[in-house]
Amino acid sequence: MADATTVLEGRLGADGLAVQPTCDGVPTVWVAPTRVKDVLRRLKTDPDSPYPLLHDLWAVDERHRQHDEGLPPRDFTVVYDLASADRCAELRIKAPLKGHAPALDSVTDVWPSANWYEREAWDMFGVRFIGHPGLRRILMPPWWEGHPLRKDHPARATEMGRFELPDPLQAAMAQSLEFRPEEWGLERSGEDFDYLFLNFGPHHPGTHGVLRVILQLDGQEIVDCVPEIGFHHRGAEKMAERQTWHTYIPYTDRVDYLGGVLNNLPYVMAVERLAGLEVPERAEVIRIMLCELFRINSHLVFLGTFAQDVGMMSPVFYLFNDRERLLDIVEAITGARMHPGWFRIGGVAQDLPAGWDELVGDFVGYLPARLEEYESAILANRIFRARTRGVGVITAQEALDWGATGPFLRGSGVAWDLRKQRPYGGYEQFEFEVPTGANGDCYDRLWVHVEEMRQSLRIVEQCRRAMPGGPYKSDHPLAAPPRREQALQDIETLIHHFLSVSWGPVIPPGEAAVCVEAAKGHNRYHLISDGDTLPYRARIRTPSFAHLQILPQLSRGAMIPDLAAILGSLDYVLADVDR
Amino acid sequence: MPTLDAILAQVNAATLLPELLVVLGVLVGALSLAGGLTFVERRLLALWQDRYGPNRVGPFGLLQVVADTIKLFTKEDWVPPFADKPVFVIAPAVVIVSTLMSFAIIPLAPGIVIADLNVGLLFLLAMSSLSVYGVALGGWSANSKYALIGGLRAAGQMVSYEVFMGLSLMGVVAMTGSFNLGEIVRAQERVWFCIPQCVGLVIFLIAGLAETRRIPFDLPEAESELVAGFHAEYSGMKFGMFFLGEYVGIALVSALTVVLFFGGWSGPLLPPIVWFLGKTGVLIALFILVRAALPRLRYDQLMRLGWKVLLPLSLANVVVTGAAILALNR
Repeated sequence: MADATTVLEGRLGADGLAVQPTCDGVPTVWVAPTRVKDVLRRLKTDPDSPYPLLHDLWAVDERHRQHDEGLPPRDFTVVYDLASADRCAELRIKAPLKGHAPALDSVTDVWPSANWYEREAWDMFGVRFIGHPGLRRILMPPWWEGHPLRKDHPARATEMGRFELPDPLQAAMAQSLEFRPEEWGLERSGEDFDYLFLNFGPHHPGTHGVLRVILQLDGQEIVDCVPEIGFHHRGAEKMAERQTWHTYIPYTDRVDYLGGVLNNLPYVMAVERLAGLEVPERAEVIRIMLCELFRINSHLVFLGTFAQDVGMMSPVFYLFNDRERLLDIVEAITGARMHPGWFRIGGVAQDLPAGWDELVGDFVGYLPARLEEYESAILANRIFRARTRGVGVITAQEALDWGATGPFLRGSGVAWDLRKQRPYGGYEQFEFEVPTGANGDCYDRLWVHVEEMRQSLRIVEQCRRAMPGGPYKSDHPLAAPPRREQALQDIETLIHHFLSVSWGPVIPPGEAAVCVEAAKGHNRYHLISDGDTLPYRARIRTPSFAHLQILPQLSRGAMIPDLAAILGSLDYVLADVDR
Repeated sequence: MPTLDAILAQVNAATLLPELLVVLGVLVGALSLAGGLTFVERRLLALWQDRYGPNRVGPFGLLQVVADTIKLFTKEDWVPPFADKPVFVIAPAVVIVSTLMSFAIIPLAPGIVIADLNVGLLFLLAMSSLSVYGVALGGWSANSKYALIGGLRAAGQMVSYEVFMGLSLMGVVAMTGSFNLGEIVRAQERVWFCIPQCVGLVIFLIAGLAETRRIPFDLPEAESELVAGFHAEYSGMKFGMFFLGEYVGIALVSALTVVLFFGGWSGPLLPPIVWFLGKTGVLIALFILVRAALPRLRYDQLMRLGWKVLLPLSLANVVVTGAAILALNR
C-alpha cells in the first residue's frame, strides 16, 4: 500500500499536493486543480500501470468540516475515482477548490463518461467544468434554485418556506417543457428532410420506470437519442447527511430496489471500515447468502422484463413466480421482501430462523431445472435471437471508456468481477466462475445474466452447507445497535444500548469507500465521517447511472424496436440511476 | 332498373325469413364469439402462464365480458382535440364492418351461409384489404406520433402480407376450380387440402397472423415500443371496436382456415355445424398459444420474411400445384 503511494508520488512529481491516508487503503492523492486534467490524462494512458476507467466523479462541500487536519485548504473537493480492470486496482485523485463559484477543467475529452458525472457535480454543488459540451442540470429541474448537496441548501421542505407557484413561474415552468431540439444538441433537419422527434417516456411502458428518451428519427431508424433522467431523484445522498449511521441503512435498500440487501452491504462495510470493526464469520456468510439470493432476484426480473421488451408475453409471469418463491425465503429470514434493510453495522439484524436451510435447499434444488427451461424457451428461440444478436453492440474498450461494469461489461468479454478479483466480505472462501460473453450485444448480456444466476446458486448452496456457527453480530462497541441480549445484563450496557439506539454511534473521523459487485455492476458507498453521529458526506456510485449514459452510443443507427431491446439489456433501475 | 316495388314483389316472405335468421345468427354469433374470445383468450393465457386470469365476475369469471362491455360503453367518448375528427370516428367502424362483411361468405354448414358468392374468396380478400384502411386511417387521423408510426407499420405490413395470403390460396382455388367457398369444402370430401396444400396452409396461417396483427406480427401496436400503436389515442367504445375487430379477425381467419384446408363442416357422426365450430375453436386456441409463446419480429425482419421467404414459397406452391394438376389431368 505504502509502495503504491510512493510510486504514485514519484510519477505525479510536483503535481501531487498531498497523499491522504484513508481507512479503505485506496491510494488517495491531492492534485492542484489546474493540473488535474493533465494528471488524469497521463494516468489513463500510463504505459506501466494505466487506469483506463473513470469509476466515479463527485464533489464534496467541505465548508463545514471540523476534522481535516493535514489536507489542503479548500471549500469544495472534486473526487475522481479511477480503476483498472486488468489489475483490479483503484486510485483516487482529489482536487481542492476555493470560493463559492468553483471551476475546474472538464475531463469529458479524456473520458466520455465524465459527461453525466460532471453535470451531476454542477447540479448538486455548483462546480463549473470548463470545456464541458453541455453543462446543465441533470437530476434537478432546470428552474431549480441553488445546488441541493451544498451544506447551506435546506434538506427538508419544512426548512424551505412555503411553496408558491405564481403564474409567471408556472408559465416559465411550462415554457421550459417546450421541446426545442437545439437545446438537446440535436439537428432539426437533415439535407433535404426534417427529422421526426419522438418523446419516449417518462411514462412509457418500455422504459421500466420514469425515464425520458428523446429520439431523433429518420423513418424508424434512430439517428440520435438523448436520455433525460432525474424523475426518480429523491436525494438519497442528502438524506444520509441527516440520518444516523444506523438509521440510514433502510434508505440504501431503495436505491436499487431490486437489489435489496445488496445495497446494504457496501454501506455497512464502509461504516465498519471507518469504525475499524470486524464482522463475525457467521454474519459474513449470512450476508453473502442473502446478497446472492438478491442477485438472483434482480436477474430474474431482468430476464422476464427483457423478454417482455422484445414482445414475449409469458416469461415474465414464470420468472415472477420464481421470484415469489425466492422472496418467500427472504421474508422468512428477514421479515421483509423487497426492502429488508436487514444488515447492521457489525453484522446482521437477527440470527437465521429455524428451518432456513430447508427453505434455501428447496430453492437451490428447484431453480436450475427452471433456468434450463427458460433458456430453451427464451434464449434458444429463433425470433428472440434475431432480435438480440448483433443489437446494441459495444466493444470491451468502449465499454471500459464509458465506465461500464458488472454483467454489462462481462457481456463484452471483460472478466472483471470484484467477488473474484478482489474478494470482499468473505467471498474468497467460495467457488464460482465468472461467465463472460464475446460479442457485447444484447444476447450476450442476457446470457451472462442467466449464467450468473447458476453461479449464484452455487454460492448459496456452499453457504448453506458450510454455515459457520458463532454470533451474528460483532461485540465491538460501535456495532449498532448492540446485541440486545447483552444490553439487559447491567446498567452500563443498557445505557450504551440506549445511546446507540437513540443518538446512534459516533464514528471516528475519516473516510472509507467500499465497492461491491452488485447485481447490475459496481456499487460503491464512499463515506466521509467528521466524527459525528451522521455521515458528513455519503457518495453512492451506482452502476445504472453509468450504463444508462451509454444508451445513445448503443442505439445510434438502430430501429425503434432495437431501442426496446437495448433498454432492456442495460439492466437499469431508475431509482438506481437517480438515487 | 327495377323499381323497389318490383324487387319487393319478387321477395317472398317465406324464403326471406330463414335467410334473415341466418344473417342475424351469423352477426350475433360472430360478435358474441369475439366478445367471448376476449374472455377465453385471457383465461387460456392465464392457464399457460401459471396464473388465474379473470375469475371474479360471475361463475368462472364468465361475466367479465359483460363488465368490460359496460365499462367501455360508459367511458367518456373522447376525441383528442388535435385529431382529424371525421376520419378518427370512421376508422374503427371500417375495421369492424369490413371484418364482419367477410363472415357473409363463410359456409357454416351445408345451406347455412349468408351469401353463396361464386367469387367468395375474392370478396374476402377485398374486404381484408379494406380493413387496412381502418387501421392506417386510425393511426393517421389521431395526429400523434406513436399512432402515426403504428398506422404506417400496419399499412406496410398488411398490404405486404395480403399478397402472400392471396397467393397461398391459389393452390386451393386451382385444385377446386372455383372461388366459391362451398365448392371448396365439397372438393375436400376425399382428402382435406391441408395435406396436398400444406405449404399453402403454413403460409396462409402466417399471413393470417400478420393480417390480424397478432404476436409475432403485432408491430403496429407493439406495447414496449409504441405504447399502443395505431390506437394509442382511442378510448371507450371506439377502442372497443378495434379490440373487437381484432377478435372478429381471429375468428374469421380460423374459420377460413377450416373451410379452406380442414374440410369445413365435414366430419362423421356429429352435425356439420358442430364440426365446423369445433375445428374453428381449435384453431383459435392455436392462435392464442402462439401469442403466449413467441416474441415480436422487428419491422425489417418482418418484411424480409415476407418478401424474401414467403413470396417465393407461395409462388413455388402455385407453380407446383398447377403443374401437378396439369400432369394428373392429362
